[in-house]
Amino acid sequence: MDKKDLEKQDLGKAILEDLTGSEPQVKKKKRGVWKTLQIPALAILTGLLLGAILIMATSFTVYDAFKVSFWKGLGTAFTEVGEAYLALITGSLGNPVEIVSALLYGDTLDFRNAINPILESLVQSTPYIFAGLACALGFRAGLFNIGVEGQLFIGAAAATFVGYSLTGLPPYIHMPLAFLAGALGGALWGMVPGLLKATTGGHEVINCIMMNYIAYRFTTYLLTGPMSRPGTGGMPVSPLIEKSAWIPQFFKTPIRFHLGFFIALGFAALVWWVLFKTTWGLNLRTVGTNPRAARYAGMNIIATTIIGMAASGALAGMAGANEILAVNRSMAIGLSAGYGFDSIALALLGNSHPVGVIFAALLFGVLKNGATKMMVVSTIPIDIVTILQAVILIFVAAPAIIRSIYKLKQPKMETAAAITLSGWGGVK
Amino acid sequence: MAPILQLKGITKQFPGVLANDHIDLTLNQGEILALLGENGAGKTTLMNILYGLYQPDEGEILVNGENITIHSPTDAINAGIGMVHQHFMLIPVFTVTENVMLGSEPVKAGDFLDRPKTAAKIMEISKQYKLEVDPGDYVKDLPVGVQQRVEIIKLLYREANILIFDEPTAVLTPQEADELFVIMRSLVKQGKSIIFITHKLREVLEIADRIMVIRRGAVVGEADPSQADRNKLAEMMVGREVNLVVEKEIKAPGENVLSVEELVVADEFKQVMVDHVSFDVHAGQILGIAGVQGNGQTELVKAITGLTKAASGKINFKGQNIVNNPPRKITELGTAHVPEDRQADGLVLPFPVAENLVLCTYYKDPYARGVVLQYEKILENSEKLVQDFDIRTPSSFTSVGSLSGGNQQKVIIARELSRPIELLVASQPTRGLDVGSIEYIHKRIVQKRDEGCAVLLVSPELDEVIELSDRIAVMYRGKIIAIVEAGDVSKETLGLLMAGIVPEKIEKPQGERVVETTF
Repeated sequence: MDKKDLEKQDLGKAILEDLTGSEPQVKKKKRGVWKTLQIPALAILTGLLLGAILIMATSFTVYDAFKVSFWKGLGTAFTEVGEAYLALITGSLGNPVEIVSALLYGDTLDFRNAINPILESLVQSTPYIFAGLACALGFRAGLFNIGVEGQLFIGAAAATFVGYSLTGLPPYIHMPLAFLAGALGGALWGMVPGLLKATTGGHEVINCIMMNYIAYRFTTYLLTGPMSRPGTGGMPVSPLIEKSAWIPQFFKTPIRFHLGFFIALGFAALVWWVLFKTTWGLNLRTVGTNPRAARYAGMNIIATTIIGMAASGALAGMAGANEILAVNRSMAIGLSAGYGFDSIALALLGNSHPVGVIFAALLFGVLKNGATKMMVVSTIPIDIVTILQAVILIFVAAPAIIRSIYKLKQPKMETAAAITLSGWGGVK
Repeated sequence: MAPILQLKGITKQFPGVLANDHIDLTLNQGEILALLGENGAGKTTLMNILYGLYQPDEGEILVNGENITIHSPTDAINAGIGMVHQHFMLIPVFTVTENVMLGSEPVKAGDFLDRPKTAAKIMEISKQYKLEVDPGDYVKDLPVGVQQRVEIIKLLYREANILIFDEPTAVLTPQEADELFVIMRSLVKQGKSIIFITHKLREVLEIADRIMVIRRGAVVGEADPSQADRNKLAEMMVGREVNLVVEKEIKAPGENVLSVEELVVADEFKQVMVDHVSFDVHAGQILGIAGVQGNGQTELVKAITGLTKAASGKINFKGQNIVNNPPRKITELGTAHVPEDRQADGLVLPFPVAENLVLCTYYKDPYARGVVLQYEKILENSEKLVQDFDIRTPSSFTSVGSLSGGNQQKVIIARELSRPIELLVASQPTRGLDVGSIEYIHKRIVQKRDEGCAVLLVSPELDEVIELSDRIAVMYRGKIIAIVEAGDVSKETLGLLMAGIVPEKIEKPQGERVVETTF
C-alpha cells in the first residue's frame, strides 16, 4: 500500500492533524505529535515548578527550619516538596510497592486498597470528560458555553427525580432512562441561551451565566421543597435513588470505579464521529469557524446554533447524571466541584478535540485525586493544590507565556484560541 | 549628487520564504519609479522594510547618501519617507484638518489644538501641489479620490520627500486615477520623488519614469516605459509568456436565463442600495456590471444569491421567481456563486482543501450517505479538481488558509464551475490576484460561457469587464444607468458612466450602431 492509499484510509485523522496544526505528511508525524503536546507538557512542568515554590513558601516547617540554619531550611524545603509530590503521584496513580506486597501477602481488600488510587482517578475524571466534551462541542460550533455548571445541576436534578420516583423498573430500563433524563434536562437548559442567540442575537455567555444562577436557586428550591428527603429536618438533600437506577460499580469497597467512565469514553467517540464524520459535524464546524461561509453554503445557522447549544447542554447534563447515578446516589447542594468552569479550561487544553478532552480530563482527575492524598499525607492545604491547578491552566490557556519562557516559535494557526475567540460574537 | 534613496542588498527571510533576495533599488530625485510585480513577489515586504515595519536581515538603506536604520514608521517619516496606503488610514468622523494634524497636533496657549494654523498650512500645500480639498470637510463626506488627496496632504504636511504609493488606483474610477496621475506629475515636478507600487501594466506605462520588475523576491530587470509594452512587462512579471487578451468568439445569446425586474434592496440601515434595477442575462452570454465599488453591486449579488433579502421586485431564474429564496435552494436550482470576499464568504480557511471543495454539496450523494460523510469520495473529488483546475497545494489535506490567494480562488472556481450550472454569478473573481491566475480564471469563465452558461460578472476593474463581457451594465448609486453592447462603447464613456455622468450620445470606439440606454 503506498502513501496515498494510507492517506485515503482516514481523512478524519488527517483533518485532526491539520486542526492541531501538525503536518499531514507521514514523515513529519513525530514532530507533529511533539508539537501538539509541547505546550500542555511544558505548561504542566512550569506549573509544578511554580507549585513547588508555593509549597516551600507556605510551609511553617520550612520557616522553622530556616530559623535554625539556611542549609537546613533549604533541605527541609526540598524534602517538603518531594514528599508532597510523591504523595500526589502515589495518591493518584498508586504505589508500586504497596501493589506488589498486596499481591504477594495481602488479602483481596489489601489489593483493592492498593490499586484504588488509579481507579479513583478515573472516577474523578469521568464528570470532567462529559463536561469537557460539552464545552468542546460548543467551541466547535462557535459557542462559548459557560453554562455547563447550570446544565449539570439541572441534569443531575432530572436524573435524581427519575432515579427515585420511578420504582419497580428493571435496571436495564431504569438506569438508561434516568441517564437520558439528565441529558434531556441539560439539553433544555442549554437550548435556552442557544434559542436566544439564534433569534435575538443575545450573547450566549451572558445568558448562560444568568441561566447558571437560575439553575442553582432552582435546584436549591427543589431539594428543600418538592424533592427533599423526608426526615432530614430541612437539609437540602434528595431521597436516595432506586438501586435499579444505579450505574453499576465494578468492584467492592473502597473502589468506586464504575461503568460511567466507559459511557463517557463512548460519548467521546460519538462526539468525535459526529464532528468529523457526518454532515451534521461539518455543518456545525463550518458555522463555528466561519458563519458567513456557512451561510454562503446554504447551511442553517439558526438551527445549528440551537442544536449546538442543546447538544452541549445534553453532555453537561450527563456529567450531572453520572455523578448522581454512579457515585452519590442522591443529590445534595454541593454536587459539583466547579466541573462546569474547569471544563472550559479543560476543553481548551484538549484543543476542543474529543481525544484531547479525554487526556485533559484524566489529568484533571489525577490532579484532583492526588491532591486529596497530598493533603492527608503532608500538611499542605488543598487550596495550594487548587492554586497549582490554576497555575497550570493559566499557562495552558495562554500559550504565549510558555512560548516566551521557552522561546518557542509561533505555530501557523492557533486553532484552540481561534475557536474560542470565535465564540465571542462570531455567530450572529 | 547622490540619489535620494538607495537600497543595497536588502534581504528578508520569513520562515520558508525568501521574501526579499538582495534587492538593490535606486530612486533619483524628481522621478517616479514603478515597482511592478505579482502579489507575493515581495513588493510589500520591501516597502514595509522601508517604512520601518520590518527589519531587513541584510542590506542597507541610504537616504541622500547617508546610511540610516529605520525601526518604526516614525523613523521613516523623520527620514522624509511617507506612504499612501491602499486602505486609507483616515478617521471618517474627523475633519480633513483634524486628520492631517493627528499625531503631530500643534497647540496654542493652554494646550488647545490650533486648528486654524493647520488649516492654513493645508491650504498652502493644497495650492502648491494642486490638491484640492476643503480643510473643514468631514472625511466621511468626501469621495474616495479626495480622501486619497488627504492622505497625500498628510505626508506633505510632515514634509515627506519620498512618497510611496501602494496600489493607489485600486479604489478609484478611471477619471479619478487620471487626476491622481496629474497630481503625481505635479509632485515630482516640484522635487518630490515617488515609488509607485502596482500590478497594473497600463498605469505603469502611462506614469512611470522607470520601471523595476520584481519576481519571487528578486529584481528581474528594469524597463524603460517608452520602449516596453504590456506583453513584455507581463512576461517579466510572471516569468513566462502571458496571453493578456481574452480569446472569445462572438456567439449568439441563447434563451433568457436570469431576468431581474425592478429589484430593490436596502441595507441594514434601511438605506436603498439597489434601486429598481432590471436586466436580463441570456445563456452563453456574459453580462458585466461595471461601477465603482460601493454602488450597490455587492447588495445586488447578495440578493440574487439569496444571501440578503430584497425589499421588492422579481428575480426570475429560468422563469421561476427566486426572490428571497434560501441560498441552498437557489444553489440547487443550478446556480453558482463566486463571492466577492473569498476568505470571508467563500472558504473556511482552517479546513482542508478537500472539505472546501464540497462546501456546497457535502450533504448530497455521493459525498454523504445519510448523514455519514463519504470521505473517500470527497477525497476523490478533491484529487480530480486539484488536477483539473491546477490548484497548487501540497495535498488535499492542506488547510486552504495556507494556500496563496490565487490558489484559494482556484479552489472556489473549481468548486463552483465543476457543478452542473446554468448561471454563474462571479463577483470580483480576480480581485488581488496575480497576472497568471487572472489569465487562468478569465479563461475558465469564458469557457463556461461557451458551454452555454449565463454569466453575471461584477467587477470594479473596468478592463476586466470590457475584456470579458458581451454586454455591460453600469451601476451608479444603486441604479443601472446604462446597458450597452461591449463592442459599442469606449472606455472613456464607461468611465464617465461610472462617475454617474450620462453623455447625451454614447461615444463608440468605431462604427455607427446606436446603443440602448436606460435610466
